Amino acid sequence: MTEQKLKQTSLNAAHRDLGGRMVDFEGWDMPVQYPAGTIAEHLRTREHCGLFDVSHMGEIHVVGKDAIEFVNYLTTNDVSNLVDGQAHYSALTYENGTVVDDLLVYRFGPEKLFLVVNAGTQDKDWEWIESHKADFDVETANASNDYCQIAIQGPEAESVLQKLTDTELSAIKYYHFEEGEVDGVEAIISRTGYTGEDGFEVYAASEMSRQLWDKMLEAGGYGSDTGILPCGLAARNTLRLESAMSLYGHELSDKITPLEANLGWICKLKTEFIGCEALRTQKKNGLDRKLIGFEMTDRGIARDGYDVYSGEEKIGVVTSGSPAPFLKKNIGLAFVPPEMTDPGREIQIDVRGRRLAAEIVKTPFYRREK
Amino acid sequence: MANIPEELKYSKDHEWVLVEGDVATIGITDYAQESLGDVVFVELPNEGDNFNTHDAFGSVESVKAVSEIFTPVGGEVVSTNEDLNDAPEVVNDDPYGDAWMVKIKMDNSGEADGLMSAEEYEEYLKSEED
Repeated sequence: MTEQKLKQTSLNAAHRDLGGRMVDFEGWDMPVQYPAGTIAEHLRTREHCGLFDVSHMGEIHVVGKDAIEFVNYLTTNDVSNLVDGQAHYSALTYENGTVVDDLLVYRFGPEKLFLVVNAGTQDKDWEWIESHKADFDVETANASNDYCQIAIQGPEAESVLQKLTDTELSAIKYYHFEEGEVDGVEAIISRTGYTGEDGFEVYAASEMSRQLWDKMLEAGGYGSDTGILPCGLAARNTLRLESAMSLYGHELSDKITPLEANLGWICKLKTEFIGCEALRTQKKNGLDRKLIGFEMTDRGIARDGYDVYSGEEKIGVVTSGSPAPFLKKNIGLAFVPPEMTDPGREIQIDVRGRRLAAEIVKTPFYRREK
Repeated sequence: MANIPEELKYSKDHEWVLVEGDVATIGITDYAQESLGDVVFVELPNEGDNFNTHDAFGSVESVKAVSEIFTPVGGEVVSTNEDLNDAPEVVNDDPYGDAWMVKIKMDNSGEADGLMSAEEYEEYLKSEED
């Protein structure tokens, strides 16, 4: 085995200075947790504020006369519904309707879009996008290395970030964004996130990342009992799972369609895009499986890949399973046959050879109070 | 640096053993709990269960992962720490004290002599880190 050199975000030194435990995540050297630990990081984000380096995500510019038409051709959601300063969640799909990646599409103007894709898939996404642009009047640029992305999440995210910017944050609606300055640094300030909390994702030039990161920690009162905490990938995962948000490679993949993953709401099947025919057919013929949420009722923790049973019959597989630190339950997502998705139904999870009872529940498991 | 009490014996799987007569008290080391992160679940065997040396006798789960625990000595389980059912986080707080996991009556009371001393375990950790 040759050892591949791990990629680093521009905040790598900051993570080490903060005592982050670094792991290989999809080829990136990233903090899985800091000394406070995953549970503390998770709870602090739910109750106060958490800070996440998500600079490993990929950013792609799409500009030109056909920008909207092109991204509409590539993605399941309808970009023509977006107004300037608005973003939406969407998916890149193959002809057969399975997923290349899930992404955010930002509209800066009628001829200027900005795509934010996953870390581990960005090279594949870029090639996919490039290979389809010949018939469109667009220019694309892979800007992944140019940007840092810092997510500040939690009920206090707005008040903390407001200390560092003149942009009126309360005026930015959910899934909208503004171009402004944070601590004097040019930034895109987007009211989005992956935690189920209110909060922002801030994009800026990567060389400015340390200044922004340190200032956000300072503004959030890092070090005090209720102050902001830097959060690692483990907390990012448990937060998104409590909110039942999909993670590529788990609930979405090149073997799974968005319809199966309960993402019909991002598939505008009356529009034309790569994979739309396959998805229309799947919708018409009915799904073979559907994503559900479950809670363990026996003592035990379901993990990714564990088999799901109904009595003696194997009915599916766990895509994500974990303790839920805020809910204090053991939860998971799994694919099961569509006729077995009713909340309250008992299923069993094969936890390393033991069949433990679980109950299907409505998702999201956690929904913040507004 | 991980805490490694002088009076205990250690296994390569990061269990510690305290020998009193023919009974071995077993838990996981400070290094092990630190590597796992927040412990949220501990699964232990039943009293009366028999295990051979190196058998998995239970598991410790953190938010992120499951880790099996192996017995460094063979014998019969005479006692388990049921407090860990309700307070698994004790494994992080006090791995060598309140978070002992099982007591095993050893088939061969000399077996623990073959385990690492504190000094040897410290060397072992250093070699693992490299």
